[in-house]
Amino acid sequence: MHQTDFHYTQKELPAGLKKFGSIIFILGLILALVAFYVDKERAIFNYLILYSMLISIGLGSLFLIALEYVAGADWSVPFRRIPEFLSGILPLLFVLVIPLLIFNHDLFHWTHKEAVEKDVILKGKEPYLNITFFIVRAFAFIAVWVIFYLILAKNSSKQDATKDQNLTRKNIKFSAIFIPIFAITITFTSIDWLMSLEPHWFSTIFGVYYFAGTVIASLAAVTLIVVFLKEKGYYQPWITDDHLYSFGALLFAFVNFWAYIAFSQYLLIWYANLPEETFWFLTRWEGSWSIVSILLIIVHFIVPYAVLLSQPAKMNPKKLKFISIWLLFAHLLDIYWLVMPNMTEMKSGYHFSWIDFVFPFLGIGFVMLVLSFFGKNKNLLPIGDPKLKRGLNFHL
Amino acid sequence: MHNTNLFGVSALFDSPDKIILVAKKTAEAGFTNFDINTPYPIHGIEKAMKLKPSKLGFITLVFGLTGSFIALFFMYWTMSIDYPMIISGKPFFALPAFIPVTFEVTVLLATLATVIGMITFFFKFPENHHPLHDTNYMKQVSKDKFGLVIESTDKNFELEKVKEFLQSLNPISIEEIYYQAKENNSVLEPRFLTLLFVIALVTSGTTYFILNKLLYMTPFDWMSTQLKLNPQKPSELFSDGFGMRTPVAGTVAQGFIPYLSKGNPNPTELLENPYLITEENIKIGKSKYLTFCSPCHGNFGDGDSRLRGQFPNPPSLHSKRARDFKDGMIYHVIVNGQNSMPSYAPYLDNEERWAVVNYIRVLQRAKNASESDIQFAKKENVKNASN
Repeated sequence: MHQTDFHYTQKELPAGLKKFGSIIFILGLILALVAFYVDKERAIFNYLILYSMLISIGLGSLFLIALEYVAGADWSVPFRRIPEFLSGILPLLFVLVIPLLIFNHDLFHWTHKEAVEKDVILKGKEPYLNITFFIVRAFAFIAVWVIFYLILAKNSSKQDATKDQNLTRKNIKFSAIFIPIFAITITFTSIDWLMSLEPHWFSTIFGVYYFAGTVIASLAAVTLIVVFLKEKGYYQPWITDDHLYSFGALLFAFVNFWAYIAFSQYLLIWYANLPEETFWFLTRWEGSWSIVSILLIIVHFIVPYAVLLSQPAKMNPKKLKFISIWLLFAHLLDIYWLVMPNMTEMKSGYHFSWIDFVFPFLGIGFVMLVLSFFGKNKNLLPIGDPKLKRGLNFHL
Repeated sequence: MHNTNLFGVSALFDSPDKIILVAKKTAEAGFTNFDINTPYPIHGIEKAMKLKPSKLGFITLVFGLTGSFIALFFMYWTMSIDYPMIISGKPFFALPAFIPVTFEVTVLLATLATVIGMITFFFKFPENHHPLHDTNYMKQVSKDKFGLVIESTDKNFELEKVKEFLQSLNPISIEEIYYQAKENNSVLEPRFLTLLFVIALVTSGTTYFILNKLLYMTPFDWMSTQLKLNPQKPSELFSDGFGMRTPVAGTVAQGFIPYLSKGNPNPTELLENPYLITEENIKIGKSKYLTFCSPCHGNFGDGDSRLRGQFPNPPSLHSKRARDFKDGMIYHVIVNGQNSMPSYAPYLDNEERWAVVNYIRVLQRAKNASESDIQFAKKENVKNASN
């Protein structure tokens, strides 16, 4: 059914977003500070997980926006504002990265000068893995992302007022430039922040592995927010079953993609059986980590695969909401599994600590605040976009 | 020929949106036995027609699971039960290595079963005819029109009422469709079968001709027919007709040292170890020993290797008998083999054989160290530590 006419009146995001967001954020912040006081190492590792998670959501959202422009997708136009709000995380990374750089000595083995001196492998990697270059990279990558974020988001919101079609054309060009840059920066980001935790280890597919998780996390976040807002009546007549089905299908595709990449990485290392590669998986098979490793397969692949397999499930808002929360948790578990076994006291097995729960909590509050801040006085539909009507009339 | 039986009444429309609306109205009017024909798939049409979800998915699921099970079971049976083989040190049931194969077989069986199931259950193979074939209606809906047919088998079917109903939907045209009652429309008709047979004959005949005849004709044989003599091939040049010649009496291959003690029960008279135990020599010996000897004799010569139990166990190299062997005797065993042990002469050259002998001596000395050896080793350690 064609919706040739539509009347959009600007409606503020639910007030609860800011209220609950602030409460959760402040509580989380206090607990996080206590955590830093109690157990600095555990806290900073947890903070690294949170930071990676925020990169996943923020940068992944920017990638989704760029993908929409480059692919000429119609269906995602009506809710493009949600990934735009979420990629507002990117400029904040400038501040968020600072604690990690201050405590880099607790995180990264390769920052210990005396260890590097004795170690032939680390000595060989020193031209890349040294703290000066590391900091330069960290800030340079964030700067590049922020530049593209500002261009794409500013053009998009300017279009609401001017209805200028050339802005879409400009954004397509910048998106096309952004995507290869995204591929390179996300690969090196994953190498810097996650792979270099174990500096002796290397895997050439690691960047792709992290990318697969990134897309799942950002897509799940966008799905969750869109379905939530639709239920609140924000997107009521506009987001149809066909849109929801597309969300479900994309999530399903990327769940499979993640499993494919993760298995490829495991199979090659397992089959070649080279000690310099296998030890990374052996660490994750040490003691209770084996349970976490198996849990990751179930949580990140088997359960979402089973839930999303059938066609009706892909457009069922309740199931979509459930599976997006589930997949966000799965990505968190994935990063936890990548990061935590590198901690000195966790090498031999998982130990429970309340600190692990504080940082996801802080993250939820933070993302809620980001949404309410960037979503203020903005149209939830990009009303000036020339593709909007086609997006609203989207049929599979 | 008279087209006497009424199949149904058809109506043509000109847009996909219209046909969805039409399908909805038809279903709401209580018709169940009707069909929509469109030039391309239209999403949401099955919902508008109030169709039940297709059962084809179950065939896919069942056969897909069967495929996974068959593949996994077959690999388990061949690799772990019937013919267990060590492949690059992996366990006999190496699940990660089986997963790609399992995945492929699952997909293969699922797709084949889906296509075959669709043809047999839904297209009613070997039936190949449908009353709508060769009608003007079919021509239109495979071009740019969207059609609806209400079939006469519907329980609410009354010709005039149906026509009236269709007229109310504002179609481009309405048409009654008739078909012949008895038509020979099976796929298994003789003409079709004969054609199938002829095609099979021609395909296999051509394949045979190309692979077995054509490739051996000039000029296609230029790669295989060459003037040089190939092994095991006849030759017209020699009077006995053999292409392969025995070497002239007394010929020795390059680098070959004839072994004079073959079959000699007491070879040590002729064989003296020409190599001293040096670090370099031991290095060669260790590497060769670990490659060729250790799979049976074990890394330390205890006869306790990972192949234990699958072959007759070789005796320990640390027995009194083996220790009392002269160097030449061990060399002799390496070249000639002994009991189940085959000759290793092709794999080790003269120096390497003696190096292995020396390495075995090292192992024997290490396993049966005397008091003075231990004291010597301790002294060495102290010296190293003080350095």
